[in-house]
Amino acid sequence: MSAGQTSKVIDKARERHSLVVGVILIVLAVFTAWVFGYGTVGDATFRLAMRGDSFKVGDLVVPAAPYAYVVAAILAYFGARLMMRSGSRRANLILGIGLILFITAFLTWATADHSFSLTGMLKSTIIRALPIAFGGLTGVLCERVAVINIGIEGMLLAGAFSGVVFGSLFGGWAGLAGAAMTGGLLGLILAVLTVTYRMDQIIAGVVINIFVLGLTSYLTSQVLAKEAFRHLNDAPVFRAIDIPYLSDFPIIGPLFFQHNLFVYAAFAMVAIATYYLFHTRTGLRARAVGEHPRAADTLGINVFRIRYIQVTVAGMVAGFGGAWFTLGSVGRFDENMTSGRGFIGLAAMIFGRWHPVGALAAALVFGFADSVQQKMALLQTPIPSEFLAMAPYVATIIVVAGLVGRARPPAADGKPYVKE
Amino acid sequence: MEVELRNITKRFGDLVANDEVSLTIQPGKILGLLGENGAGKTTMMNVLYGLYSADGGEIFVDGKPASFASPKDAIAAGIGMVHQHFMLVPVFTVAENVVLGVEPTGALDRLDLKRAREQVRDIGAEYGLEVDPDALIEDIPVGLQQRVEIIKTLFRSAEIVIFDEPTAVLTPQEVKEFFQIVRSLRDAGKGIVFITHKLGEIIELTDHVKVLRGGRVVGEGDPKIMSQVELAELMVGRPVDLVVDKVAANPGKAILEVSGLKVLGEGGDVAVDNVDFDVRAGEIVGIAGVQGNGQTELIEAITGLRSVADGSISFEGEDITHHSPRQVHALRIAHIPEDRQRSGIISDFSIAENMALDSYYEDRYGRGVTLSWPQINAQSAKDVFEFDVRTPTIFNAASTLSGGNQQKLVAARELSREIKLIIASQPTRGIDVGSIEYIHQRIVAARDAGVGALIVSTELDEIMALSDRILVMYRGRIVKEFAGGGSDVTEIGMAMAGVAQ
Ligand SMILES: Nc1ncnc2c1ncn2[C@@H]1O[C@H](COP(=O)(O)OP(=O)(O)OP(=O)(O)O)[C@@H](O)[C@H]1O
Ligand SMILES: [Mg+2]
Repeated sequence: MSAGQTSKVIDKARERHSLVVGVILIVLAVFTAWVFGYGTVGDATFRLAMRGDSFKVGDLVVPAAPYAYVVAAILAYFGARLMMRSGSRRANLILGIGLILFITAFLTWATADHSFSLTGMLKSTIIRALPIAFGGLTGVLCERVAVINIGIEGMLLAGAFSGVVFGSLFGGWAGLAGAAMTGGLLGLILAVLTVTYRMDQIIAGVVINIFVLGLTSYLTSQVLAKEAFRHLNDAPVFRAIDIPYLSDFPIIGPLFFQHNLFVYAAFAMVAIATYYLFHTRTGLRARAVGEHPRAADTLGINVFRIRYIQVTVAGMVAGFGGAWFTLGSVGRFDENMTSGRGFIGLAAMIFGRWHPVGALAAALVFGFADSVQQKMALLQTPIPSEFLAMAPYVATIIVVAGLVGRARPPAADGKPYVKE
Repeated sequence: MEVELRNITKRFGDLVANDEVSLTIQPGKILGLLGENGAGKTTMMNVLYGLYSADGGEIFVDGKPASFASPKDAIAAGIGMVHQHFMLVPVFTVAENVVLGVEPTGALDRLDLKRAREQVRDIGAEYGLEVDPDALIEDIPVGLQQRVEIIKTLFRSAEIVIFDEPTAVLTPQEVKEFFQIVRSLRDAGKGIVFITHKLGEIIELTDHVKVLRGGRVVGEGDPKIMSQVELAELMVGRPVDLVVDKVAANPGKAILEVSGLKVLGEGGDVAVDNVDFDVRAGEIVGIAGVQGNGQTELIEAITGLRSVADGSISFEGEDITHHSPRQVHALRIAHIPEDRQRSGIISDFSIAENMALDSYYEDRYGRGVTLSWPQINAQSAKDVFEFDVRTPTIFNAASTLSGGNQQKLVAARELSREIKLIIASQPTRGIDVGSIEYIHQRIVAARDAGVGALIVSTELDEIMALSDRILVMYRGRIVKEFAGGGSDVTEIGMAMAGVAQ
């Protein structure tokens, strides 16, 4: 096996990959020119300034049709280049840039002859990404110790519910504590079922979801709806806190530094989780438990204890995140108000390759699609906004199926540990 | 540090794996543990390491009674173990694996990887165990992985180091280095336990040997004054033939023909590169080579487990290049896979179920969609008996068998049916001499009955003993061919190392 031959085979795989990416880019180019460019009139006006900014930045005005043609040309150029000089190492990077360009062209086309607040949309991206990020982080923490948590949805919902009840009774902070405790309790139950009793992890998670959905729906419609208990579903909402100085910057200020506690907490938790998993002693042990529990066991590491603690803490993260639905947003609970965000969190975990930062990034992608969809509905584009809502999940399926590179879960993921 | 195990008894249900076994591990001495498959060697060491709790008996450390409820206690007492199946996290680096459980830390629980790396280097320098602390375990060869395991025990300042069949996965060169390391550990005053099935290794390396059979100590002695034949007899309880008896082959026409075969490895690299050879009926062809030179991929390609990139494979004139494993199996080709745990057995299934695993769809095991359990059980019982698989019943899960008995189970399934060609990778890995004798006899008998055989083994002795023709594989190519009997071992060894090119 000569070195030349080896690299030839690798080249072949890369060649095919480049070819695929090249074709995708050409298709996008044609689509951009035809749909976004041809016959489009008017300028797209993106407002960058937000109300209350201390100094205003001007609007971004883009002529829609020319912009689409420029993007189409760039896409076509890169696509053709990849197809001809195939075997490029940067195919994925180029694909990423191409997709971003495509999305900007799409936005410009949709906004032609209208105007909308770009900063506002990005800000709502962050907010919409929030519960998904909490869910994804919960998933990362659980699966890193090899416990699959399908019950994230239920944990978010339970957090939202207990958050509002405790919040209504004792104030916002108590609501937060109650939500985290409830989530932690559900995490503990999951740990008992899967770690000690080695119940099928998928089923255990589904049971938690159904249980929480049933219980909270019952309590909402039968108890909280009653006049005597209505005050239990009326909690104070955490208001936005402006970070001094930083929040005064144009664009960046409103985007990142004028949020409520939950947003800051999410970023902090992702940072802490990353530090914990990859830079601490306990994190190393936890990852060992997720990859090769028997090895950890033979080194005197208590596999069961680490799984219990980490799954419980993950549950607390989910409970806390769930409280955002009520305490961070509307102050009242509605049946099934999490509407699947927990499951999307799981997708974010996979998309983010079982890394906290990756999960957050994936959550932002999902949040972006969500907020674009919202805007599109307002702008009344001919594309049904439901299609846009589908986009991130199609992307997830592609990622998980391995087109953009293999994502590898922890080796022992989903397997109970049996001591002999 | 001296450790004494006194009258240790360990039961698994009705099965007595250790029956009042006593042994002493002395500092600066290498104790060899010898015994048939299922004799209870691993169990005994797992008791000492705190993985199993004994049903009876005591442990003394330097004369004082001790009890190990978990590996943690055993490690704290200075006991280290290099397991039969390595206990390393593949996606961690060498340094991370070494320090796992006793990590150097800074403030805020911060992992001090810099210090970990230094510590690994220090131990490496002290005992001559060089490894790159930043390499990922999955990227380094087994020989180095074993080094990491040894460093792990030393890092925990082990005074007693247990090696459970450490040489089973090593190449001859690696074995040499390994022996050097073990000797230097002994000279540093460590007590060593060394478990193996290779009698030559016992004689070469150990200072004292204990022989176990059926969970009991049946003999001990000074290996320096014992011969392999004596040891083998003590171990099996009857005289054993250590050389394979066989008459000259009488090959017929070629049944398996491989030409221009090219197969890709896991990472898309060329693992098998333009290989041509054939196997004739009534002939045993051995493929020698250091592990990882394309043998795995070659066998997987022939048996339909891996797709072929180029070239062709034919069996009795029929093109089988793109046959599925089932189709290959139906052509009466037996396959003993290299890794029994990964592709030989389903460990949660019973022994009988494992026996029927390959032919459950055949008429002899059932009609239509129903299985005929009486038939399956009868056949399994017969095979288990014939191949001496040590188990209380055929209804036990395959996972409860000892390592060597799992291997015998696979051999029994594959060799007991009517076959035309045997394809076997490491057919006797981890098996005791008595059973090796039997499996070798079966293969030779099959050959004499006109069956062709392709044997892959990293064990040069095995290749030399069995083969009528020897092919040496190096970097995906067949670099040299030797005649079976009387070829020069050193010459083959050199070809295996790629020198002959
Ligand atoms: N977890 C278990 N459950 C039930 N039986 C077991 C278990 N582990 C081992 N045994 C049985 O105990 C006996 C001793 O097994 P052990 O693994 O100690 O053998 P060994 O001497 O190491 O053999 P080998 O050389 O094949 O590795 C065997 O009969 C085996 O089937
Ligand atoms: Mg063993």
